[in-house]
Amino acid sequence: MRKSLLTSVDSIFSKISESMALFLPVDDPTGRANYTRWEEGKKWSEALNTVKSPKDFFFPQVEDLMKFKVSGKNIELKNTAKIDEDFVVFGVRPCDVRSFDVLDNVFLSEPRDGYYAARRKHGIIVSVACSKPSETCFCHTFGIDPAGEYGDVTVWKGENELFWKANTEKGEKVMELISEFTESCDDNAADDIKAKIEKIAEKLPLRNLSAENFGGDKTDEYFDRPEWKSLSESCLGCGTCTFVCPTCQCYDIKDFNTGKDVIRFRCWDSCMYSEFTQMSAGQPRLTQLERFRQRFMHKLVYYPANYDGMFSCVGCGRCLKSCPIHMNIVKVMKTLGGKADE
Amino acid sequence: MSEIFEPLVPKLGVITEIRAETPDIKTFRVVTPDGEKPFEHKPGQCAMLSIPGVGEAMFSITSSPTVKEYMEFSIKKCGCVTEWLHQAEPGQMVTIRGPYGKPFPVDTEFVGKNLLFIAGGVGLAPLHSVINYCRANRDKYGRIDVVVGSRTKSDTLDYDEMVNEWAKEDNFGLHLTTDRSTPDWDGHVGFLPAFLTEIGFDTDRIAILCGPPIAIKLSLAALYELGFDKTQVYTTLEMRMKCGIGKCGRCNVGTKYVCKDGPVFRFDELDELPDEY
Repeated sequence: MRKSLLTSVDSIFSKISESMALFLPVDDPTGRANYTRWEEGKKWSEALNTVKSPKDFFFPQVEDLMKFKVSGKNIELKNTAKIDEDFVVFGVRPCDVRSFDVLDNVFLSEPRDGYYAARRKHGIIVSVACSKPSETCFCHTFGIDPAGEYGDVTVWKGENELFWKANTEKGEKVMELISEFTESCDDNAADDIKAKIEKIAEKLPLRNLSAENFGGDKTDEYFDRPEWKSLSESCLGCGTCTFVCPTCQCYDIKDFNTGKDVIRFRCWDSCMYSEFTQMSAGQPRLTQLERFRQRFMHKLVYYPANYDGMFSCVGCGRCLKSCPIHMNIVKVMKTLGGKADE
Repeated sequence: MSEIFEPLVPKLGVITEIRAETPDIKTFRVVTPDGEKPFEHKPGQCAMLSIPGVGEAMFSITSSPTVKEYMEFSIKKCGCVTEWLHQAEPGQMVTIRGPYGKPFPVDTEFVGKNLLFIAGGVGLAPLHSVINYCRANRDKYGRIDVVVGSRTKSDTLDYDEMVNEWAKEDNFGLHLTTDRSTPDWDGHVGFLPAFLTEIGFDTDRIAILCGPPIAIKLSLAALYELGFDKTQVYTTLEMRMKCGIGKCGRCNVGTKYVCKDGPVFRFDELDELPDEY
């Protein structure tokens, strides 16, 4: 483990930026944090969650896949994507790091998604432990430790110092790069910080939310439950939950005609939208109930069935904060069979 | 083309021939710009065709894997991409990627069995590849029966091929019916499910069922009435698709993705999925 002075953090960012792009949470003028490319003057935000999750770095909200030149009956194809430069994402919370594992299962399973794979290869993740987990946090439900070691490098923030631990070869390279600002310290140096985080975490209102009643073998148990009606009744179908969700992976592929070329791009999509499954021949999910149910059944039952029991939720709490009707996965879990001491 | 960005990057293809099969179904022959078959496939698998700027959509490959020179698609005019294709002319380039999906078990479960193919309307398109594969490997299978229900004779896909080639072969039964009686038709008139009951097939065979949802539902009921078991009947599902590789989420039904785990399912497998397709 190594440590650095908190006052040297901008010098560290500057040093990393000299050799590769560095992204980190920065508050916007309204006080909301989002990942931003670091440059002189940008201040690292200590917000617990960014509005948009860092899945954007590997599975961007919009990305060009390829370009066509169409003239008369002819088509030419050009590969436009260039993903060959290393970058560092600093300040990723443990829940969000776990979300990359959830996405890896989907995008890196055969046939693997080349665009995603290239970004994963070039991305270096510096995780920062959650100094102040909040009442919307429930990562514990999915076995995530807000003080734990995640990513290529883990950072714990003390009052005047940062403690750094490299977890991978990629992480060691970053540590080497910033070695002039860090010094070796005892491996237990961050233990007090970890204990402090755990103390806060164990008192959180959703601490005892359990997912043990959900899993891959529960389709029959939950699919026809009458509670889906009351749970979905007020859903506006706005899709906000899917857009802030770090594990939602549904996407659309569309063409945009620039007048000169046709750009085929991929963008996030949402199973909450009626058009998502609309075919010229029919619509398998007729009402918002079916679309709402699909989202939660996928996270709590279908996904675990396909990936060794892993859930497609990391408890980041973004949907709890952003849903306009205050519906969320916690309410769904409690209503259908989860438990929480509140 | 950089290797790493597959599999969403397609190949280029050229439509070399377009045949009007019925008033709303055309068959498109596709080869690569070098005149080759775009890729190998197995019976029942699909491919993504697109015209950049119009859209990309999934289609059953209609030609048999035994055809080595080209690939064919029988496509009904019913949406954005299909309407565009219907007004296209030979020489039109398209993009193509695939093959996608799990094929019919022609080299395993079908071997040595009698086969009963049942198609409603354009449902013959995905079965065409399977039927011709079985015809090309004739000694691997028992008796083959094909039952096709269409609106009228002129709506019957592959009519000439069925009557002039298939029906003339040994150990092959062709049974056509139309919903409506027309002056050019002296064959059977009546809906597909009732026609199945009328013929009354023995259950010593595998049934493969494809067509619009209502035709599948009622034909399945007719098969059950004849004593068929769920484990003897196969069908294909249709869902909206964008990626074709089980990632974009659109064709997810329960724990399955129709594009990669389907489109071919046995009815006992469908029982394990929520009724949402």
